[in-house]
Amino acid sequence: MSVLIIAEHDNATLKPATLHVVTAAQKIGGGIHILVAGQGVDGAAAAAAKVAGVAKVLKADHAAYANQLAENVAKLIVALAPNYSHVLAAATVNGKNIMPRAAALLDVQQISEISAVESPDTFVRPTYAGNALATVQSSDKIKLITVRATAFDIAPAEGGSAAIESAAAAGDAGLSKFIGQEVQKTERPELTSARVVVSGGRGMQSGDNFKLLEAVADKLNAAVGASRAAVDAGFVPNDYQVGQTGKIVAPELYIAVGISGAIQHLAGMKDSKVIVAINKDEDAPIFQVADYGLVADLFQAVPELTQALEKK
Amino acid sequence: MKVLVAVKRVVDANVKVRVKSDGTGVETQNVKMSMNPFCEIAVEEAVRLKEAGKATEIVAVSLGGASCAETIRTALAMGADRGIHVQTDVELQPLAVAKLLKAVVDKEQPGLCILGKQAIDDDSNQTGQMLSALLGWPQATYASKLVINGDNTANVTREVDGGLETIQVKTPFVMTTDLRLNEPRYASLPNIMKAKKKPIEALTPEALGVDPAPRLKTLKVVEPSKRSAGVKVKSAAELVDKLRNEAKVI
Ligand SMILES: Cc1cc2nc3c(=O)[nH]c(=O)nc-3n(C[C@H](O)[C@H](O)[C@H](O)COP(=O)(O)OP(=O)(O)OC[C@H]3O[C@@H](n4cnc5c(N)ncnc54)[C@H](O)[C@@H]3O)c2cc1C
Ligand SMILES: Nc1ncnc2c1ncn2[C@@H]1O[C@H](COP(=O)(O)O)[C@@H](O)[C@H]1O
Repeated sequence: MSVLIIAEHDNATLKPATLHVVTAAQKIGGGIHILVAGQGVDGAAAAAAKVAGVAKVLKADHAAYANQLAENVAKLIVALAPNYSHVLAAATVNGKNIMPRAAALLDVQQISEISAVESPDTFVRPTYAGNALATVQSSDKIKLITVRATAFDIAPAEGGSAAIESAAAAGDAGLSKFIGQEVQKTERPELTSARVVVSGGRGMQSGDNFKLLEAVADKLNAAVGASRAAVDAGFVPNDYQVGQTGKIVAPELYIAVGISGAIQHLAGMKDSKVIVAINKDEDAPIFQVADYGLVADLFQAVPELTQALEKK
Repeated sequence: MKVLVAVKRVVDANVKVRVKSDGTGVETQNVKMSMNPFCEIAVEEAVRLKEAGKATEIVAVSLGGASCAETIRTALAMGADRGIHVQTDVELQPLAVAKLLKAVVDKEQPGLCILGKQAIDDDSNQTGQMLSALLGWPQATYASKLVINGDNTANVTREVDGGLETIQVKTPFVMTTDLRLNEPRYASLPNIMKAKKKPIEALTPEALGVDPAPRLKTLKVVEPSKRSAGVKVKSAAELVDKLRNEAKVI
């Protein structure tokens, strides 16, 4: 039995999500290999080789993988998968885009977003926005799985010394091409790996008012997130969205400001260690999951919070 | 160009689902059912393509038990031209849905298939990717903008982890919708009436030559552990004090 992990990376570095997947792979058992497919991936491959517990790194360095086009990367996975009992990827947008394509080509029913490993063929996964946890058993010969990163501890990034081998590229499927991207540049930690997340909802009233949350985030080295309502209203970009259909986060501290606490939002943050809610409506459902609730007008409370954080 | 839209019938997004006490699944008896919200967005996009003269016909497909016909009617009331109902009472998992949809596509030969990015019941987020794989077509998932070009290509803007990304795909292709692609319309009363006359073809997995048997066996379904409400604090200062000295997270 051995496990192939599809690395989440930006060519130069390995994303923390992959380290969480390594922990899930260890729970399954067997040797762990990491595939780094991209262009100019030496940095990410070297990082993958250092991860504790990894036996081998497969490097597929080719223009066809430069932008993670699903048609091309899935082809590569299909070529490699028969050597493995399990193929795992993080349940990021990228992992969720590529893995089902590979699974269908292998005639495998993928298991999406597992939150626990019960045995090599049995896994737990949240359904209905996390309101039901299903334990499912797969009868497929190879198991293709996406992993909810927040449900597994992060594996040590250092301590390993895996060999790096080149994997033969499977070529360009010629079906799609990358045109461009609008990436949000930020100095802040990534939403999905930050220790503290400060999120704003419709109650923020405008994108400009998110400056109030950024001031808090600065004090706590936090990432800034948002509800769907705040994203739909154009206050902040789409990749801020936390929830059932956005990002799943589980930081040490989650501060929800002007967010009512709809089930779809809770689905993305209710596994945070400590939850704080600031809302002027004392009946807002968010208070039912908050460890600390402050019933207040955010336009008064948030600047006061920033001030209180300044005092040691 | 013919557009095929896959619409799934799911427990309504506003229902608080209950896990059955015998641990076999969630309660779906006497629960409000609706079209999956992402499928509504898919139908809306198809209707807009038709209104813009880019689509010639819209076929709405749903797979499952008898009541799926209602979901097809909703799509017809929104503007789809006809429906296909693949009838089965077998539990359908994404790979089986993709195989059945492929068989329908082989019959119908659309230039574009639009699916939701995710069904809000199983939260699988697989079917569109699987369908395009089986067809050997390009996939444009998490779409927030679609532009059909004149030269048998389309540009699709996708909502990705870092922001937005635009890809160009050859037609025919499969697209899956994200929340911000459009805002679905409500069907007007006259259109609901008109929809009653639109045809729905009934098919079966057997007729399509597909074995829909599930590959994943659900051993049990449980409720997640509940978080209990904590305490209310009176001020920001008290909050910071608790976070520092009680929770010790800052
Ligand atoms: C298919 C589907 C998928 C979805 N996916 C997601 C998802 O991934 N993530 C997500 O977040 N949502 C998602 N939603 C939407 C979700 O159902 C809610 O509509 C959304 O979360 C509401 O956002 P909100 O809490 O910011 O807004 P609202 O519900 O409008 O709440 C605003 C809150 O701000 C408070 N407020 C207003 N002014 C102030 C003030 N001055 N001071 C303090 N408090 C104030 C109000 O009391 C209120 O509680 C989804 C919905 C559907 C149907
Ligand atoms: N039974 C079904 N009938 C029609 N469409 C479906 C069905 N199951 C899945 N789909 C389509 O596939 C999308 C994604 O579903 P899933 O992969 O299950 O999350 C849905 O939004 C639908 O467009």
